[in-house]
Amino acid sequence: MDNWVKKIRKRTNLVAGTIVFLIIVFVAVFAPYLAPTHPWDDADLMISELPPSGEYLFGTDSKGRDILSRVIYGSRISLSVGVISQLINSVIGIVFGLTAGYFGRLWDDIVVAVANIMLSIPSLIFALAVMALLGPGLINVFIALGLTNWAYTCRITRSQVLGTKNQNYVKAAKAMGFGRCRVMFLHILPNIFGPILVMASLGMADAILMEASLSFLGLGTQPPVPSWGGMLAGAREQLFTAPWLSIFPGLAIFITVLGLNLLGDGLRDLLDPHMSETK
Amino acid sequence: MISYVLRRLIQFVPTIFGVTLIVFFLLNVLPGNAAMMAGGKNRIPPAAQKLMIKKWGLDQPVYARYFKYIKGLCTADLGTSFISGERVTDVLAPRLWPTFKLAVIALAIACVTGIPLGFYSALRQGTAMDTVTMIGAVSGVSMPQFWLGLLLMYFFSVYLKILPTVGYGNGDPKFIILPAITLGVGYMALLARTTRAAVVETLSQDYIRTARSKGISDLLINRRHVLRNTLTIILTSAGLQFGSLLGGTVVVETLFSWPGLGTMMVNSIYYRDTPITQGCVMIIIVGFLVINLLVDLSYALIDPRIKYQ
Amino acid sequence: MQPAKTVLNIDSLFTEFNTIDGTARAVNDVTFDVKRGEILGIVGESGSGKSVTALSIMRLIRPPGSIRRGRIEFFGRDLMGLSGDEMKDVRGNRISMIFQEPMTSLHPLFTIGLQISEMYIKHMGLSKKEAWEHAIEMLEKVQIPSPEKRVKDYPHQMSGGMRQRVMIAMALSCNPELLIADEPTTALDVTIQAQVIDLMWQLEKEYSTAIMMITHDLGVIAEIAQRVIVMYAGEIVEEAEVNQLFEQPKHPYTRALLEAIPKLGRRTRMGRKPLQEIKGIVPGLYNLPAGCNFYPRCPEARPDCRLSDISLIDLGIRGRVRCPYYQGAKA
Repeated sequence: MDNWVKKIRKRTNLVAGTIVFLIIVFVAVFAPYLAPTHPWDDADLMISELPPSGEYLFGTDSKGRDILSRVIYGSRISLSVGVISQLINSVIGIVFGLTAGYFGRLWDDIVVAVANIMLSIPSLIFALAVMALLGPGLINVFIALGLTNWAYTCRITRSQVLGTKNQNYVKAAKAMGFGRCRVMFLHILPNIFGPILVMASLGMADAILMEASLSFLGLGTQPPVPSWGGMLAGAREQLFTAPWLSIFPGLAIFITVLGLNLLGDGLRDLLDPHMSETK
Repeated sequence: MISYVLRRLIQFVPTIFGVTLIVFFLLNVLPGNAAMMAGGKNRIPPAAQKLMIKKWGLDQPVYARYFKYIKGLCTADLGTSFISGERVTDVLAPRLWPTFKLAVIALAIACVTGIPLGFYSALRQGTAMDTVTMIGAVSGVSMPQFWLGLLLMYFFSVYLKILPTVGYGNGDPKFIILPAITLGVGYMALLARTTRAAVVETLSQDYIRTARSKGISDLLINRRHVLRNTLTIILTSAGLQFGSLLGGTVVVETLFSWPGLGTMMVNSIYYRDTPITQGCVMIIIVGFLVINLLVDLSYALIDPRIKYQ
Repeated sequence: MQPAKTVLNIDSLFTEFNTIDGTARAVNDVTFDVKRGEILGIVGESGSGKSVTALSIMRLIRPPGSIRRGRIEFFGRDLMGLSGDEMKDVRGNRISMIFQEPMTSLHPLFTIGLQISEMYIKHMGLSKKEAWEHAIEMLEKVQIPSPEKRVKDYPHQMSGGMRQRVMIAMALSCNPELLIADEPTTALDVTIQAQVIDLMWQLEKEYSTAIMMITHDLGVIAEIAQRVIVMYAGEIVEEAEVNQLFEQPKHPYTRALLEAIPKLGRRTRMGRKPLQEIKGIVPGLYNLPAGCNFYPRCPEARPDCRLSDISLIDLGIRGRVRCPYYQGAKA
């Protein structure tokens, strides 16, 4: 136990990532208490495009909204996209990966073929295609990103299952006559949870980045909902007059994604003995 | 060797087929959707809608349209645009070169910087240099491209005023610098991370210990023994991660108003011009697949074990 | 037999590994020598520090490991005092090493010809072509059939025994004064093992190279070694001439090791007697108990064995032993 604490503390990336992640969660949960103004109702054209000052720490945008408040509320969008879409694609990936690895045969071939095809479509391109089908909007972003990266989780899960399938505890569970579902979900899944967790935290980072990209392109979350990516959509035109518009939302994305990537890296170092030994 | 190449080429066909299947059904599963929305947000009168549906064959079942599409693909016919009525191939052809140029230059920037950085970092494992490089790499991976682009644009175009902000500039090389760097940085960071991991992994191999026990110089060990093996790992994962670079072209082109496939794709999605969207998606995916095919084939040149499988 | 001149003299060698779990003393105050033309066996279970000793001699210990202190004298010159480049002239040229895993010890992406050639190019300054010729010659010496053809092979085209022959060819290519063989036969089939041992024996005769044979297999030791060092938990526990070791093992650990060898015919002669295993496991090197390291597993342990560290007792011609109650002790 003592050793574990030591090992965790030695992983600076894990500690830093966890702290960043917790801060983002805190900001998202308590956004109404932290934000000085309402993110879109308090628009006041009298105060549009004010540079950062004591009153408006991050400045105001072209509609006179406080950027700090919008960035604070934006964490809710990013975090919910990260969590929900990653949840969807973890579930899809795990179910397909588990069953494919466990049952093998034709089902395995089919899953592997579909996953391979999915992997040969660049994620953002696929997400864009789904958004083209569904149209813009936050719910559609959840769906699009939820359907996008499952093949990675699927592949990892499947290879892990193939590795554990023939181990004794699985054989024993089968011999005791437990049902297939029970063996898969109660005996195999908990033992391969580490790599899936790593994938999930890296996947969340990816999903947040993609939502920001979609919203930046105008195809994701729609105004006036303050998505970090969306806030940067018009920033280019005001680069000469109000450069601060470009800075803070982007910084928020960067820090959040960086935190999740560090968390994922740290978890991987910790859980994957093969990788950590080389450290 | 030949059988390997052949097998790999044959595997290419069902993948392409599968990709077209997924993309086509994804974009066409809602019947009439495009006709309803054609022309942007302006509603079209029902009579005209019916006419359009008829004209574009949208009244036919999806599978029938799919086979028609595949038949067209075989003769390099990607259909016609809903909006302008032009052939998709004619619309997209002039867009290919700018995107290709942008992707290749970004790739070159990423390889030339990312691989040496990763190598260097791995050889100095645990030092401050290594830590700094790897923090830089994870930052690069986490950086939203449009933000990086905006920052670069602000610094070089607005503040220093030495580079143009946006546009293609009729192929003026000055215009490609910022977009290419913006697109390349993320991939560079990915490559640096991959390379470092591959080198660290290779350094722990028994045959590297053997090489050391032979007394040959570190330079030779690194350049010959480590690099050769590392290259196979880097190539494979670089090929797989190339998709992220291609996806990035959409964002970067839009940010820099670069007249490539990416901007075309985004515009076509705004206008619900499905054949154009489909064409862009297909071309980008085929590009990605071809890169991976080339990677696999070059693998056969590097790794003698492939020849005998 | 040549006069017993010392090739290698190791004096109080300490090698440690610093990890997150603490410091592991993999080699703990090891002193021994290797004489010219001699085959010295080093025996021990895995984790006893024998491989780390070998890598320390080559100065190939990688972080987190390091040689804390000690002298490694090679023909009277302390290798610890050499610069990196000077050490590279020793490695492969004057001391070379064969590793345990023939499957992974050769680079998979280069022909074996190239891998042997590197030795000649580095240490003898030969051209690529000359080196290639020598590589073929060397393959012939280690009895690889049609060497001019096999020289172009990649490791994956060869069997384990063949690869180990290639390793031997590579190690002996520059005619080193000392060859360290770290479990050279462990990964091989029994018949191939015998061939490889035989080959090494012949080559030793031909080149009069001193050999340090590291193994956990006492059968190999009996066959090839003249003098034996037994290691346990990073320390030497016994040293003796090979006959003496087998006939009059002194340390309880050595005796336990000998008991653990299956002997042909024993079952019929003495009835069904189960093979003796050594109970317990090798202690973790992080938290070694005070006193005798073998204490927890020793069948003859006495209460005072764990009071203080046991020192190695020099018995002159009868070798050395790290046990005050060794077999044949006067007390």
